[in-house]
Amino acid sequence: MAWSSLLLAMNEIRRNVLRSFLTILGIVIGVAAVIIMVTIGGGATAQVTDQIRSLGSNLLILSPGRRMGPAQAGIPLFSIGDAEAITREIPAAVAIAPASMRSMTAIFGNENWSTTVVGSDNRLLQVRNMQISSGRTFSESELRSGAAACILGETVRSKLFGSQDPLGAKIRLQSVSCEVIGVVEPKGQSAFGSDQDDFVGIPLRTFQRRIAGNQDVSMIQISLGDGAQTNAAIADIERLMRERRHIAANEEDNFGVMDTRELTRMLTGTTQVLTALLGAVAAVSLLVGGIGIMNIMLVSVTERTREIGIRLAIGALEREVLLQFLVEAMVLSTFGGLLGIVLAIAASVALSNSLKVPFIFNPGIVAIAFFFSAAVGIVFGYFPARKAARLDPIEALRHE
Amino acid sequence: MPALIDLRGVTRVYGTGPAAMQALRGVDLVIEEGEFVAVMGPSGSGKSTCMNILACLDTPSTGQYLFKGMDTARLDRNQRAMLRRQYLGFVFQGYNLLARTTALENVELPLIYRGMPAATRRNAARAALESVGLTGWEDHTQGELSGGQQQRVAIARAIVTRPSVLLADEPTGNLDTARSREIMDLIASFNRDQHITVVMVTHEQDMALYARRVVRFLDGQVVDDARQKAAA
Repeated sequence: MAWSSLLLAMNEIRRNVLRSFLTILGIVIGVAAVIIMVTIGGGATAQVTDQIRSLGSNLLILSPGRRMGPAQAGIPLFSIGDAEAITREIPAAVAIAPASMRSMTAIFGNENWSTTVVGSDNRLLQVRNMQISSGRTFSESELRSGAAACILGETVRSKLFGSQDPLGAKIRLQSVSCEVIGVVEPKGQSAFGSDQDDFVGIPLRTFQRRIAGNQDVSMIQISLGDGAQTNAAIADIERLMRERRHIAANEEDNFGVMDTRELTRMLTGTTQVLTALLGAVAAVSLLVGGIGIMNIMLVSVTERTREIGIRLAIGALEREVLLQFLVEAMVLSTFGGLLGIVLAIAASVALSNSLKVPFIFNPGIVAIAFFFSAAVGIVFGYFPARKAARLDPIEALRHE
Repeated sequence: MPALIDLRGVTRVYGTGPAAMQALRGVDLVIEEGEFVAVMGPSGSGKSTCMNILACLDTPSTGQYLFKGMDTARLDRNQRAMLRRQYLGFVFQGYNLLARTTALENVELPLIYRGMPAATRRNAARAALESVGLTGWEDHTQGELSGGQQQRVAIARAIVTRPSVLLADEPTGNLDTARSREIMDLIASFNRDQHITVVMVTHEQDMALYARRVVRFLDGQVVDDARQKAAA
């Protein structure tokens, strides 16, 4: 009986191809919307996680003031001594890169490019997970003497040099003329939308003596070893810095330690909430699609009153008529679901290409959307089906 | 052996109170297996109501309807559907074939509800169509068949289950005389050859001649019940 109901339903749908297609359009769009939203959202989450990981697996950033950003008035910066103290006292820290930075225009020949000049040493590359793609890193003597040597991020290289070989060339940073000794492999955009390849690296001592004219260090980046207790390390660093900066017990910190892992969690949390929200909005359209099916099924029951009368007279049981219309609604909605899935996967691939978000197939949401569409068929098909089954055969036979 | 159909003091009242309409006012009617009964009477005489009750589509307000000795008042809606499916065949004035459905599919319909496997079902349906002279028309839909042909399909659909009773409501009402005679010959042959009891409503005297018994209704009562020699 179930099988013959299925055949009957298929026949009925085939007889009204256009109407059936319009009926399921709501479900198709609903299912597709849910899957696309969740798939693209999932891709975005994965991308954010990936980008933050590229920042350095377990990176702490120590900066003056409570917040990130430029140094605030009256708050002392750090010194090389602070970085050395951390190296000495915090065993969990495997690489410590003190850095100072300033926005500046780099000039080569006729080209100029406004970028950030970072004074640091080779450990900057280590904590930032960066690799030299051509040339070399700073030598010990260059670092010690404050030589006029620099390494370029990929963006700066392409803006200043285009297709020329930058190695050995001299670029000008204010009054300083620096020799390019290396180029850093590109890392792309950061999770915060900034270009991680837009910088010029010079030795910290060169920065302090020839650009800033002081001994300050504006931030210290600390890479923790794998498996290190992040919270304990942060507490240790905070204790050490309070001591070195002579902060009294009742005073607040005038520096901050930012944990990039915490940031990862925060950002992925945000995208996940956003994904759930978009998915929920899409689910509403699925519901609307279900109401569309109910509407058409009710029309269909009225239109086929006489047919129902004939079936009942011939000896169809109430539940057989119910089943027939229910199966019809279900076949319609699951067919809509399948069509929606195909559409969604095609659209997700296209969208993830154009949005530059990785396409991550999510079988869970596909299954959920499919079963939800079938359930919509049952729920919204039931009322019209019951209406059909309860018709009085005498009345139904008289119906014109 | 109880009678096939036994109506005892059956009344049927539509509505309540002063507006109530009494369609049947105490009908007693016994029909034995193998009979061919024509039910006649003017419009509003209660013959259609009586047919609906015989068909188990409607139930008496008072009185009893015994089918093979079984009181149909005890049956619920589903059990009455089962009884129709098992014992009754219907032919309507308006043919009532399913639209956009082939002749073969129409004839298969009651067998589907009986749960007959597809191959057996198809063969039985083909045989039934053959018995009404429609071999070669199996794949035509309702719209592609003439009135007479449609009524033949309807008869095939009614007898394909080998029912005990064929209930026909003005089966020739929409047909010309020649076509009517063909249909009546068919019905009479099923009555004669397969011993299917036939109860047929008609108001054409010519068609009633095919029956061996004529029951006349007037104002909700049986006023005449005469046996005759069948014309066919």
